Amino acid sequence: MRISMDWLGEYVAHEMTATDLAEKLTRSGIAVENVICRDRGLDHVVVGLVQRIEKHPAADKLWVCQIETGNGETTIVTGAQNVRQGHKVPVALPGACLPNGLTITPVDFRGIPSAGMLCSAQELGLDEKTIAPADRDGILILSDAAVIGKPVAAALGLDVPVLELELTPNRSDCLAVLNVAREVAAITEAPLQLPKQYAGADDQCCNGGDGCTGNKDDLCCTQDRVRITINDGDLCGRYAARLFTNLRLGPSPVWMQQRLQSAGMRPINNMVDITNYVMLELGHPLHAFDYHTIAQGEIIVRRAQDGEVLTTLDGQERTLNAGNLVIADPEKAIALAGVMGGLATEVTDNTKVVLLEAAHFNPASIRRTARQVGLRSEASQRFEKGVNVDTILFALDRTAQLVEELGVADVVPGYVDVYERPSKAASVAFSVERINGLLGTNVDGATMAHYWQRLGMTVTWSDPEGNAQGVVEVPTYRPDITGEHDLAEEVARLYGYDNIPTTLPQGATTVGQRTWPQLVQERLGEVMVASGLREVITFSFINPRHLDRLGLPENHRLRQVVAVTNPLSEEQGIMRSIILPNLLEVAARNSSRRTTDIGIFELGSVFAHPASPEPLKELPEERKKLAALLMGQPAAGWRQKPGPYDFYDLKAVIEKLLACLKINGVTWQATGALPYLHPGRAALLTVEQDGATMELGWIGEVHPDVTEAYDLPGRPVAMELDVQLLTMLARAFGEYKALPRFPSTDRDMAMLLPETVPASQVEAVIAATGGTLVDRWRLFDLYQGAQIPAGYRSLAYTLRYQASDRTLTDDEVNQAHEAIKAALTAQVGARFR
Amino acid sequence: MSTRMQDKSEGHRMREQLEAIRQQAAGELQGLDNLEQVQEWRVRYLGKKGELTAVLRGMGGLSAAERPIIGAIANEVRANLEELLEAKTQGIKQREKERRLQSESIDVTLPGAVTMLGSKHPLTQVIDEIKAIFLGMGYQIAEGPEIESDYYNFEALNLPKDHPARDMQDSFYITPEILLRTHTSPVQIRTMERLKPTLPVKIICPGRVFRRDDDATHSPMFHQVEGLVVDKGITFGDLRGTLLAFVQQMFGADREIRLRPSFFPFTEPSAEVDISCVICSGSGCRVCKGSGWLEILGSGMVHPRVLEYGGYDSRELTGFAFGMGVERIAMLKYGIDDMRLLYDNDMRFLAQF
Ligand SMILES: [Zn+2]
Repeated sequence: MRISMDWLGEYVAHEMTATDLAEKLTRSGIAVENVICRDRGLDHVVVGLVQRIEKHPAADKLWVCQIETGNGETTIVTGAQNVRQGHKVPVALPGACLPNGLTITPVDFRGIPSAGMLCSAQELGLDEKTIAPADRDGILILSDAAVIGKPVAAALGLDVPVLELELTPNRSDCLAVLNVAREVAAITEAPLQLPKQYAGADDQCCNGGDGCTGNKDDLCCTQDRVRITINDGDLCGRYAARLFTNLRLGPSPVWMQQRLQSAGMRPINNMVDITNYVMLELGHPLHAFDYHTIAQGEIIVRRAQDGEVLTTLDGQERTLNAGNLVIADPEKAIALAGVMGGLATEVTDNTKVVLLEAAHFNPASIRRTARQVGLRSEASQRFEKGVNVDTILFALDRTAQLVEELGVADVVPGYVDVYERPSKAASVAFSVERINGLLGTNVDGATMAHYWQRLGMTVTWSDPEGNAQGVVEVPTYRPDITGEHDLAEEVARLYGYDNIPTTLPQGATTVGQRTWPQLVQERLGEVMVASGLREVITFSFINPRHLDRLGLPENHRLRQVVAVTNPLSEEQGIMRSIILPNLLEVAARNSSRRTTDIGIFELGSVFAHPASPEPLKELPEERKKLAALLMGQPAAGWRQKPGPYDFYDLKAVIEKLLACLKINGVTWQATGALPYLHPGRAALLTVEQDGATMELGWIGEVHPDVTEAYDLPGRPVAMELDVQLLTMLARAFGEYKALPRFPSTDRDMAMLLPETVPASQVEAVIAATGGTLVDRWRLFDLYQGAQIPAGYRSLAYTLRYQASDRTLTDDEVNQAHEAIKAALTAQVGARFR
Repeated sequence: MSTRMQDKSEGHRMREQLEAIRQQAAGELQGLDNLEQVQEWRVRYLGKKGELTAVLRGMGGLSAAERPIIGAIANEVRANLEELLEAKTQGIKQREKERRLQSESIDVTLPGAVTMLGSKHPLTQVIDEIKAIFLGMGYQIAEGPEIESDYYNFEALNLPKDHPARDMQDSFYITPEILLRTHTSPVQIRTMERLKPTLPVKIICPGRVFRRDDDATHSPMFHQVEGLVVDKGITFGDLRGTLLAFVQQMFGADREIRLRPSFFPFTEPSAEVDISCVICSGSGCRVCKGSGWLEILGSGMVHPRVLEYGGYDSRELTGFAFGMGVERIAMLKYGIDDMRLLYDNDMRFLAQF
């Protein structure tokens, strides 16, 4: 909403500068986004009169003008083709620096010196949408009333600052200049001056009595010539109309045009301009029909029939449905209520009689229709936010006043008003103590009452002393005030938010602490960081094409996705069911910028659509995951030349994580079943608990096809672990075991094994055979190659023997060691040298 | 007499011999400077076939009276030489050690062995800091789902269907009743439902939120931290004091705050909170557009209807709520000028935090 200071000043004499008023309004709840100074860059631009104009002797397209600028005649050369003798035009004199940055100096045009420049609307910085299309090109021709030699800013009304309001949805009442004036009056305590409304002496119905001829063309009174029926009262609470006859269409006066322009609207003709002016002034959208195009002068407000067709003002034929409210006559729809008029009933040069509509429509219905037809006008925006049903006649009478004052037409006496269930002004009970209790203030009742009265409310005390409690009657233009809290806000903002004391809650002391899942999550992040990985944050939604790039088959579990119905683009098409694609995308983006060594992780949610039903009835399952990806190689230096990251680098991270969370008993099971992983280099992590096998997550080298699909260099390895399961399994501390009191003995064994035997089998045999004597073991060498037969590999372990009750003898250790070797030979085909 | 003379001269001769050995050995030892030579010296003088032993072997010719005397002298010479030997050995060892240490010196200016240092995302770091401040003030951390029902996201927050304020937040929908949460405020209702009738309720809720905006200053996904306090006698002044305490811990003890009336459907009265500009401290700069103030928070007293939806009695209790955008705070704190960097995850960017 844009309001010029002079327009505002018409209703309230506040005597403040625009900047001061803007600050005051902002601090009391009507945010002023901007104070617009439209005359910036218009110094040294004055009104000039074209005395003579002739062709440039040496240039076809140039004109040489003699311009009176109040300081004598000046010669100015222009290339514009629309300037004629006698025109008043904007003249930029030397020294001017126009809004577009152009500095004016005398210039020589092929031998003729030009002492300035004639300006177009655009060069003056005018908003094109407020200018008639015909005036957008060429030099802006000023009105004859412009005073020669005076600044053009004054002539165009640009010397008045404009406040640009950023209104919150609860204060749509301030989409009216008058209501902003009320707010200014409340803040400054300056008196409010209401605009004049029509009060013709004979403004009543003839009731078919004297003067009523019964002739349709003879307009004795509105009631006699207009009938209004509201069929759908749920969508239209009130409909009123007035007639104006002997319409004399023409331009509206300059002051009105300039005010419309200051609000960002384009002047059209006197009748339309008046309705727009009243809309801006009072917040009531109005619509003018050509009365003679309405069959039988009868207005019916009803829902459209499905498939009903209406050609709107913009020339578009629109097919309607029962969700749309229309204004109709007995034969046809003539307007889309509150959104756009019909072409057939438009006011034209041939219109003699105007029917002016003022109405209240259901905001939600207008909102839906406006969206459906893709049109949001100044009018529909106000209807959507709800106009004040009780000032509809005020709007009609104000229009009548201006129509008469400006001689646009003759006002036909009387009006028709259908208003079946009049609204009641809201009454809100309050207690001074409760309001102070809510605000933490100590404002007395009389002061509160004074604030409310300044805002146009009526206060009635219910206690005899008149300072503890009572009832406030709220004016109908403030529908946002419905409860005591709202009254408290009015007190707070007039008292001043910054005058409210600064305190801290006084209640019982509380303990601030993290929950167990929060602690585990925090620790997960810390371990990942300690492992050298960088955290990334990516979007929870992904492009569905990622699922194809992962190579997921048709019915894969991860394709059970939750889809977004109205994404901005495919990029937000589905909620991710796996974090891997986000990490691959980050890796791809970085490697395209030549960062190819990457270690990243993300803690985030994945989403699964339940197998049925479609559409969703309940919220879909949302699980937190810890995902990570390594690509390229660890940082190398002069001392280390590490090879590329592989499976075991990432496995080490998981092992560190499990150790840190004190989680034991995780099984690493080779899997070829995950389509996005290398079938020979992937594992599922599972945990047995209470007889059930739970999947903790997966780890593996990314499948070469996927790597190629993301255009990644190298061979990334990735993992994803379930955070909820980790949380459930994690323990804050391990179980304490007394330190051994007797020395231990270490023995090595190196064996040759078929390469198909996994290490886990070897370790299972060691554990089972060694029993309690083997305290721990460690694989310290793995070799495959020269001197090892094909199909075999060599594993070397160190075993630590330890008993809790004695020092083991060499014999005992040897026996146990040999037993383990024998078991390995028998059970997994180990060969010892 | 002659025997005595002879005796005397034999003893005397041995005594002189011993003294000569001692002097010669000591003198020789002085000139040695490595352990091998010292070892040779030891064999030559103190060894089983050494000179000292050889002299002692001649003791058979001594009288019973002289033998112990010469024996004592010989032991004294041996002890004396061994002492010198020990000192010499130590000296050489010490010098050798010094020489070795000298030869082992390294270039301390070469870079250290490379280890990998990870990092938390700047947004996580900011959220961690916010959490720490509120944990310190006795708040708990609450969480909620990213996919929400219309009820929790709008309805229970006093935003019925067709409420014009729904326009403030253009939403991503899954179904007409299920959507991506547009703010962390639904957690207010979820937490109250969970905790009722326990008092006080003191929570913050960090999390991802989603709106249909994508331009230089808006990301379709971003982060908020929501706060909620419900108790007997909570005032607007308490809200002000709490936010001031937070702002001063987050942005520095000399920050000031300014509250401006505003509108949120779930609070009444409502306030936008500005802090004095972190760049210019209020004198006006490019970041604060010359105003000296930066808008960082929305807040207000919990709307009675919201308290009722949460299961608390709005006639007995009051509360305040606030919400802040984590991205904005991170950008102010770190001086990041483009919001999109936060989701670009460029390693060169992440490595700076
Ligand atoms: Zn600043």
